[in-house]
Amino acid sequence: MEIVQTLAVILDSTIRLSIPLLCAALAGLWSERSGVVDIGLEGKMLIAAFASAVVAYHSGSAWAGLGAGMLAAIALSLVHGFAAITWRGNQIVSGVAINMLAVGLTAILGNAWYGQGGRTPNLEGSARFPELDLPLVGAIKGIPILGPIYDIAISGHTAPVYLAVLALVLTALTLKHTRFGLRLRAVGENPAAVDTAGVSVAGLRYAAVIICGALCGLGGTYLAVSQSAGFLPQMTAGKGFIALAAVIFANWRPWPALFACLLFGLLDAVAIRLQGVVLPGIGQVPVQAIQALPYVMTVVLLAGFIGRATPPKASGLPYVKER
Amino acid sequence: MSAAPIELPRWADTALVPLVSVAAALVVAGLVVLSIGESPLEATALLLKGSLGSLEGLGFTLYYTTNFIFTGLAVAVAFHAGLFNIGGEGQATIAGIFAALACLWLAPLPGILLVPLAILAAAAGGALWAFIPGYLQATRGSHVVITTIMFNFIAATLIVYLLVEVMGKAGSMQPETPDFPKQAVLTPIHELLGAFGLKLPSTPLNTSFLLALAALVAVWALIYRSRLGYAIRTVGANPRAAAYAGISPARITMVAMAISGALAGGLAVNEAMGVQHRLVLDFTAGYGFVGIAVALMGRGHPVGVGLAALLFGVLYQGGAELSFDKPTITRDMVVVIGGIVILFAGALDGLFRRLVASVLNLGRGG
Repeated sequence: MEIVQTLAVILDSTIRLSIPLLCAALAGLWSERSGVVDIGLEGKMLIAAFASAVVAYHSGSAWAGLGAGMLAAIALSLVHGFAAITWRGNQIVSGVAINMLAVGLTAILGNAWYGQGGRTPNLEGSARFPELDLPLVGAIKGIPILGPIYDIAISGHTAPVYLAVLALVLTALTLKHTRFGLRLRAVGENPAAVDTAGVSVAGLRYAAVIICGALCGLGGTYLAVSQSAGFLPQMTAGKGFIALAAVIFANWRPWPALFACLLFGLLDAVAIRLQGVVLPGIGQVPVQAIQALPYVMTVVLLAGFIGRATPPKASGLPYVKER
Repeated sequence: MSAAPIELPRWADTALVPLVSVAAALVVAGLVVLSIGESPLEATALLLKGSLGSLEGLGFTLYYTTNFIFTGLAVAVAFHAGLFNIGGEGQATIAGIFAALACLWLAPLPGILLVPLAILAAAAGGALWAFIPGYLQATRGSHVVITTIMFNFIAATLIVYLLVEVMGKAGSMQPETPDFPKQAVLTPIHELLGAFGLKLPSTPLNTSFLLALAALVAVWALIYRSRLGYAIRTVGANPRAAAYAGISPARITMVAMAISGALAGGLAVNEAMGVQHRLVLDFTAGYGFVGIAVALMGRGHPVGVGLAALLFGVLYQGGAELSFDKPTITRDMVVVIGGIVILFAGALDGLFRRLVASVLNLGRGG
């Protein structure tokens, strides 16, 4: 029983640590499936974390925070879209710019408004998302194995967690089974064909970029208003890039993205628990080695040593009509 | 990359477009200053006074400029080969580790041997950390951009591990190496000129500034006056044509990345050997990313890179002084300005060319 309890707790923290990754990975997936490469996920999550914490603090409503977080991230997304789609600029350069802008702006504004070294004031009460109990927790709790897992790991998360799971299901269904999804995937593979069919390439790409912003907004809000009680400078700490790694790992597909995020979340959860623990036969594992694992794995995967990563064909290429 | 290039006179292309994007970036920064209730004009005056208004300020400005020359050149060399190296931070980190190992292991050597060896070690470390992504792109097809991002993070975790567990100073709670031997320390400029009877205030500006100036000249000679530079520019302009002309794009990719990484290593030379005299955590402090702005603004030309590095040196030092007088305006403003310069000069190039063209009345209507 003890072991089930421990596993349930690890699963619980894995889910908590995976959610921001999942949001950003889905965001990157939408954008890149439409052919717009996005290395600005990190910056968009950061600006969303800041905006959501500020609005949640002043309005006392976590939901208002979520709205603000999404709007802020969508605004940055549109900047990226304007550069990448309308002006056919270099998408990587634009992504770098967005990351820098977000780091600088959140630090300056946070410091100027609150004077706490860039932090926002602590969020309390309704300014944070409460933990929700799923139905039947009381009834299922007693069942061995299933009970503790349902009670500890599955139930008791905040609304953004369940929204992220919903976003995953909707992403998978939309991309695979709707006309919009088909066209969006097509525009990432062969924009000329979509254009010939009389569908707007720019329109589809802007739609993807806006959805990308909204999802980054959800992820950033989760960090500031649910996982922590407020914004901390640079609180995304590379999560946007791990999410990018997850997208590559998942070969730009939604369900594998979930598993990649859960894997990276698990590594994170385990790294915290393994701090200072001596494993039999291996000795003490440096925490940093585990932390670096997602990045190392991505490099190895991209180099084609394990499997192959195949991005959408037109990704990163601006579309030029009539050439 | 841009679709229908707008023809501009050369002077407008090389000077006016970057200047307009910098001006626009400064306007946006001014708006941010306004939005937090400060006066942009007063801020600008304080910034200029703090960076150029005194010999001490100037010393600090040139010390920051040194960092930006190295990271800007690193990005610029890769640009010429059509590569986007955003791994300057990671490359400088590894360069710092190599320099520290050299300084600590070879401590008995006299300075005249130790200093060049440590600088070479730094360059080798940076080159290695950039060569691997270059190699992986050239031979395995993994994109340099993603690999260098990942390598930044791997380097960041590696340095934490090394400073905490392996190379750390015994008994110190700070993640840092022991102090380098005295003869490994680069001479501060005020001491160097003091020997000639010139009295200067003490600043972190050291001889690596001269190294940076030499790097500017060397990169100019490499890119515009050498066979290798010609090959690099040809691959950057058109890899297929280069291959047809008997230049191997794969080889050039690896060589250009290695040179780029070695240049990024200069950041570690200035910071670790010139200023800190030991290896500390996070010494790269985002200089690698600002280097992208410097390279874009300088249009990849060493003269432009030098000027852009000076501008960012002024912003950095002036920003530090400014935040001292006006605590609400933190140094992060430089990061914002850097971000906007990258956005305008790099990604929104087309828009700015169009604007400049219409101002010059040369617009042909897209």
